[in-house]
Amino acid sequence: MSESYFYHALKINPDICIGCTRCMRNCPTQAIRVRDGRATIYENKCVDCGECYKVCPSGAVFVAEDDFESIYNFKYRVVLMPSVFMGQFPEDISASQIYSVITQLGFTHVMEVETSALIYSGIVNYYISQNEDKKPLISTYCPAIVRLIQVKFPSLVDNLIPIKAPVDLTAMYVRKKLTDDGINPKDIGLFYITPCAAKIAAAKTPVGEDESIIDGVLNMDTMYNMVLKKIKQEGSNYKKKQSANDVSSDGIILTLTNGEKRLTNFKKSFAIDEISNVMEFLEKVENDEIEDLEFLELRACDQGCPGGILTCGNRFLIKDRMMQRAKKWAERERNGVSSRKKEIFSQDEYLIANSQVGKILPRSMMKLDEDINIAFQKLTTIKEIERKLPHTDCNVCGAPSCGALAEDIACNNASLSDCVFVQRNLEVRNSLNIEESIEIMKKIWGEEKLKEFILNK
Amino acid sequence: MHTEFVVVEGDFANAGKASSDIKKTLKQLNIDNGKIKKIVVAVYEAEVNAIAHAYGGNIYVDLDSEKISVVIKDKGPGIPDIDLAMQKGYSTASPKVREMGFGAGMGLPNIKNNVDFLDIKTQVGVGTEITMVVNF
Ligand SMILES: Nc1ncnc2c1ncn2[C@@H]1O[C@H](COP(=O)(O)OP(=O)(O)OP(=O)(O)O)[C@@H](O)[C@H]1O
Ligand SMILES: [Mg+2]
Repeated sequence: MSESYFYHALKINPDICIGCTRCMRNCPTQAIRVRDGRATIYENKCVDCGECYKVCPSGAVFVAEDDFESIYNFKYRVVLMPSVFMGQFPEDISASQIYSVITQLGFTHVMEVETSALIYSGIVNYYISQNEDKKPLISTYCPAIVRLIQVKFPSLVDNLIPIKAPVDLTAMYVRKKLTDDGINPKDIGLFYITPCAAKIAAAKTPVGEDESIIDGVLNMDTMYNMVLKKIKQEGSNYKKKQSANDVSSDGIILTLTNGEKRLTNFKKSFAIDEISNVMEFLEKVENDEIEDLEFLELRACDQGCPGGILTCGNRFLIKDRMMQRAKKWAERERNGVSSRKKEIFSQDEYLIANSQVGKILPRSMMKLDEDINIAFQKLTTIKEIERKLPHTDCNVCGAPSCGALAEDIACNNASLSDCVFVQRNLEVRNSLNIEESIEIMKKIWGEEKLKEFILNK
Repeated sequence: MHTEFVVVEGDFANAGKASSDIKKTLKQLNIDNGKIKKIVVAVYEAEVNAIAHAYGGNIYVDLDSEKISVVIKDKGPGIPDIDLAMQKGYSTASPKVREMGFGAGMGLPNIKNNVDFLDIKTQVGVGTEITMVVNF
């Protein structure tokens, strides 16, 4: 099934994984199982939210990134830098210093991702005003949320606003601007510094689109280290480079929770962050429990993008620095020193005309089978198995809960004897001997964790 | 397949338990999203009614591969004039219930709009039994 192809940026290194179950217990979509002593991901259930990365004690969960040297495949190398990237640096490092250093790293152009913020929010507001019948409309800003809705709340996919993310609009703008300047489009490479796994996945396989406009992704933590190292080396001797004036105050804080909602004007709208909060709320939305709901800004990470798994530093400090920067910008905008309407508005018609994404399809991970009769059989099996399980959610079977094990069994991905309680039961009835039990445990937990049992038998 | 739920009088905080559980099951069966929404909305309204107007009650869900049938049964005051109760905007909800955002008199009409079959048996002083069916 090609439509089920999902690029995942989150991966688990089996050589480092210690099989501790922390990721499995914290995964909001129950996408992780332990097999042979290592965590493994059910790709169709993973939404790239990064909760597993946050709780992994051994660093086994990692985020795949492109090789930095791949920027040199292009003559013109544009770095797309989100405002949260700047927010990571301590106050004594200036924007112009960051711009200067990042250029020296090998880029020919620097463009802030939120340059398109006001155009983006304009398009979104217009879309909402034209689609009253689809309310509540849900922002697609956070790609983890888009995937969450596709797999877990498929009835809400039509409520998603099918508009490109600011990073894509900005990418389109740069590409257009440079080609208009006479540069061959083939020579332009766009590289996006990403704060999280979901944004990488979206850049690799955009939802509702055939191909990505972005040529490569650079993880924010890697870039932070590269930039900070160079700044430390250079001290105060850096070559000054004027930071660009492309982003407005609204753009700087667009990526914070409430950054989108504040640019809308609806009677009943919410900005909600942190994936479990979002899931709790969507459950109600799906039941039509909340009347007259108009707009939802939903973010998978606490505080929005400062809480992304690849950002460096504390999310509250990052957020505060972004707010400070936005405040300064806003003051300049008020005093007429700079305008909210930036150069990008010269291309607004082009961007608006190309801002739509294709249809966002549901990809339910809940369905047990396409065929209702088979699904019904499986469901009946699940209910039967659930009655036999202890409901301790002890994780010893390698599944996150007894319910998840029951589902795995019904779908032939596990067996009832994977449950330790069932094993003891079978042993008492002489249907299973100790060696066989240990064999089962070995399949789940690996040779290493069971070796004492085997030696001492 | 048969499932049961208990609805507790006055427990608005837990309204939606039965409808959420039904929703999860129907998603597993890969039922059309529109159909899921219909039954979920209808059950939710009936749940709230049993909580608000009666003294709680029981929900019985029967499911096969062709349809879902839900019975909400309460030992409440009953509905004296069912035609009146079915009218949009008719409500006897107390100010306290209205404060919680219910009592627009839209519940029963909403149920009727969403299900393929509806039967209401009610007797004053004895209780109300609502049966609804959505065909897949
Ligand atoms: N289970 C019940 N027991 C007794 N009376 C009921 C029951 N269900 C509904 N009623 C009566 O019927 C009226 C109309 O019900 P309906 O659900 O349409 O509106 P509501 O509950 O008052 O308001 P809303 O559902 O919009 O919050 C109620 O106000 C109540 O008088
Ligand atoms: Mg009602």
